[in-house]
Amino acid sequence: MKLLMHNMLSSMGLQNVTVGFPLKIVANEVKDISVEFDKKFMKRIISKVDWNALRDTAAQFGVKLPTELPNGNISDELLKQIHGALMEIEIIEGKLVCPETGHEFPINNGIPNMLF
Amino acid sequence: MASRRPEHSAPPEIFYNESEAIKYTTNSRMIAIQAQMSGRAIELLALPDDSPRLILDLGCGSGLSGQVLEEMGHTWVGLDISQAMLNVCRSRGSESGDILLSDLGEGVPFRAGAFDGAISISCIQWLCNADKSTHSPVQRLYRFFSSLYSCLCRNSRAVFQFYPENGSQIELITAQAMRAGFTGGLVVDFPNSTKAKKMFLVLFAGGTAQQLPKGLTESNDNTVPYSSKREITGRGQPSRAPKKSRQWILDKKERRRRQGKHVRADTKYTARKRSARF
Repeated sequence: MKLLMHNMLSSMGLQNVTVGFPLKIVANEVKDISVEFDKKFMKRIISKVDWNALRDTAAQFGVKLPTELPNGNISDELLKQIHGALMEIEIIEGKLVCPETGHEFPINNGIPNMLF
Repeated sequence: MASRRPEHSAPPEIFYNESEAIKYTTNSRMIAIQAQMSGRAIELLALPDDSPRLILDLGCGSGLSGQVLEEMGHTWVGLDISQAMLNVCRSRGSESGDILLSDLGEGVPFRAGAFDGAISISCIQWLCNADKSTHSPVQRLYRFFSSLYSCLCRNSRAVFQFYPENGSQIELITAQAMRAGFTGGLVVDFPNSTKAKKMFLVLFAGGTAQQLPKGLTESNDNTVPYSSKREITGRGQPSRAPKKSRQWILDKKERRRRQGKHVRADTKYTARKRSARF
């Protein structure tokens, strides 16, 4: 699981959960992978990403992102940093925890199990 | 053989076991068909050229459709209920894709407006089954479509290729999709062919009203078009000049000349009408 998918995931499907976002990550095994940098895609995806959630989870894996996303033009350097956080950190083993109910979703072989 | 439809044999998480999953990496025919259908589904999504998007792949299985998305430069997130198929997908190693084990009937677990489009290849007919006593196909389909509707951007599309068992199944699926707020309808490619016929449910999520794309027909396939002999030759027999006309006489003289007979030369008097004095 990459952080890009984590940034989209929500446990809203559970009963009595209204937001279910962001899910807490408990990582036992993390792998750094390399993915080609696509500037156009990064520029597009940045508007969809929930910045606060990304900043907090990236910090958990040792990537420091600015507290606020700069308005207007974003430098290539920062884009690459965001790319590194979104695409190049892969969680292999661990679990996701629902912020509201504490329900745990296991992650095995890099595949989160979101069966409710 | 009782039935050739896999939905009738077992629930998807059991039917797509290790031995079934391995077919999707070794059988070149299956791979080719899946890739072709994914290509067509992506074409129906009508994404603007040269702009990479985040696409949802519902029932991604071993990631064959994801591979097509990746070749086109998009980033994708795949969902499937079969652990075995997802393990195959992992071992194929996709760079931009990411996968998730999830039951579509429980809804797609994403927050609002996360994706720019969704494709699904041969998957939603599975949702018409009630594999557990707690399952109700209508409710599961509604839950699926309404959660999908919320996680797509406005003006985006979702394209489902599927194999409906009968007309009422098409009705069941489309009715729930419309109830969830989607507009759109069915696009049928090659409607007159039993084998090449493919059904695509093209759904529009909100936004302005869009025109439903046209299905492919045989004429733009690379088959030889039918044409009757009459059309090729003009009219059955090649036309002959009317009898006693100048052309008829010239033709006749030419024929006799070819036979080596003595024939008078063609002049301006040939086949000219005699005057009234005679």
